[in-house]
Amino acid sequence: MSEKMNFLMEAKGVNKSFGSINALEEVNLEIGYNEIVGLIGDNGAGKSTLIKILTGVHSADSGELYWKGQKLNKLTVSLARDLGIVTVFQDRALSGQHPIWRNIFMGKELTNRWGFTNIRKEKEETLKLMKGMMGFTSSAISPDNIVGSMSGGEQQGVAISRALYFEASLIMLDEPTNGLSLTETQKVFDFVQTIKKKKKSCIFISHNLFHIYPIADRIVIVDRGKIVQNLAKNELTLDELQKRMFEIVGADSFKIKNTN
Amino acid sequence: MMKNRFLRDFINKRKIEIAIGLVFFIMMIVFIIANPVVFLNYRVYMAVFTTLPILIILSTSMVFVIASGEIDLSFPSIIGISAWAFAIIAKAGVNPFLALIVAIIVGSFCGFLNSLLITNLGLSSLVLTLGMNFLLRGLIMIITGGKGISLAFLRNTEIFSIFTDKIGIFPIQMLWAIGFVMINWFLFYRHKFGGHVCYIGDNLMSAREMGISVNKVMVSTFVLMGASSGFVGVLLCLINNQFWPTTGDGYLLIVLAATFLGGTPTWGGIGTIFGAIMGSLILGFLETGIISSGLTGFYTKFFFGLILILALISHRFAGLNKKGK
Ligand SMILES: Nc1ncnc2c1ncn2[C@@H]1O[C@H](COP(=O)(O)OP(=O)(O)O)[C@@H](O)[C@H]1O
Ligand SMILES: [Mg+2]
Repeated sequence: MSEKMNFLMEAKGVNKSFGSINALEEVNLEIGYNEIVGLIGDNGAGKSTLIKILTGVHSADSGELYWKGQKLNKLTVSLARDLGIVTVFQDRALSGQHPIWRNIFMGKELTNRWGFTNIRKEKEETLKLMKGMMGFTSSAISPDNIVGSMSGGEQQGVAISRALYFEASLIMLDEPTNGLSLTETQKVFDFVQTIKKKKKSCIFISHNLFHIYPIADRIVIVDRGKIVQNLAKNELTLDELQKRMFEIVGADSFKIKNTN
Repeated sequence: MMKNRFLRDFINKRKIEIAIGLVFFIMMIVFIIANPVVFLNYRVYMAVFTTLPILIILSTSMVFVIASGEIDLSFPSIIGISAWAFAIIAKAGVNPFLALIVAIIVGSFCGFLNSLLITNLGLSSLVLTLGMNFLLRGLIMIITGGKGISLAFLRNTEIFSIFTDKIGIFPIQMLWAIGFVMINWFLFYRHKFGGHVCYIGDNLMSAREMGISVNKVMVSTFVLMGASSGFVGVLLCLINNQFWPTTGDGYLLIVLAATFLGGTPTWGGIGTIFGAIMGSLILGFLETGIISSGLTGFYTKFFFGLILILALISHRFAGLNKKGK
């Protein structure tokens, strides 16, 4: 009983398939309090699918999810958001034809009790967020800018700032540094540091070892729908980790050759 | 300086609406020049206002469906079946206000049925509602044997004077349309519902990932369209003092034309209520204008088509293209 309480979130024996593709097989994952979990694996390994199950976007075919030791029977996205799970999805989850301020509050509008939106407040908050966290200092960019006409880095900035705006206890970042410049990437790393400082938890996905290693407390390697390594960072050095990664990928490509 | 910037922002954000407003304005000036006797007299406006409400109510509700990335081609028959429900209940001597409520419920139910099949079975709304349009119209024909129901007894009764009488010279249904449009405007721009509709049409996966209940929103848009059709069915019965088995037929293309003409794009994600009103006004006045300009009715369709195509081209020049890129 109390053992489970040791984790903020826990997935047990999760399976998920899309048609004939087994995206996840018997996956177990624990996310501790104030822990940064680095999730690493090749393209198509199932990282995003795992995130989508933990956030209620997909439902698992079988397996269990726990939040602070409590079993979650039916996790929906809005329940996850209410629990304080905030996600930057790999596809950024933006509405390209809409302005920044609408994207920030998409699905969590500031409304009165009848559901009418407080547009003024939403724009003000967006402007504050842009000047602060997003670091948009140029006056050429306003909350009314259409997201689809912004650069990839700026769009990622919107997606990340949105995650920051809402009070969160678990932040999931799915390849957040994709398409970012070096300085923008550094900003994302700084942000993960603040998560750590604020005693929150984080799942950070990347397929770049060098991005994950410096910031993660624990490193989880996913390969073809299975968790093949789950080690605290102090249990292995970057060199060893690199070797492990190579072994896994190498061994697997060897397997393919044999079975074919 | 500040004011200029405000104005520029406004023009930038409302290009489509301004363009379509100008088209309407210019069209009316042409009509006034072509036939000042008719177009400087209130009569022509009152005549157009008699049936314009139908077009405005339907096209502003259609904005929701199209912005959500779907389409509803079944509303003409939903109008028909709701009108039929209203007619037989009122004819049976039941309170016509109760008949009105039943008609709206029937319309909503048809929309609900559409949305259930679309969300749960993943059917194409285009093909499903096309089929539904035939099915329901066929059903009306089978039930009524092709015969109409006279509603002349409702003339000058309470329901008639509330919905379709005239205040002096002004058709009351126009006031209902204005009220209806105001509700649709608030729902679309000021309520989270309108936002959710647009996010679903823009990017379904994004909407899901941000926790929007896609199915609930889709059900609501189709029910809104169904309820609007139900109300329109009753209006048509009261305006014509008659239920025809064909009631509602003939609105399909003109309602879609008004919505698209107004600047709601076919690909979903955005929409404009003001545009749909302008589109309705343009198409509403076009026919009258053409005939009173001395051209025969044969020209009507030609100009409908011409103006629709020109509007589409002007939207492109006003910067309306897919996915805001
Ligand atoms: N919605 C989906 N429908 C069908 N297959 C999917 C879907 N999402 C993911 N997959 C498949 O599941 C596997 C894992 O994908 P994903 O979780 O996106 O991998 P990763 O994020 O590690 O690159 C891939 O083979 C992918 O093609
Ligand atoms: Mg991925």
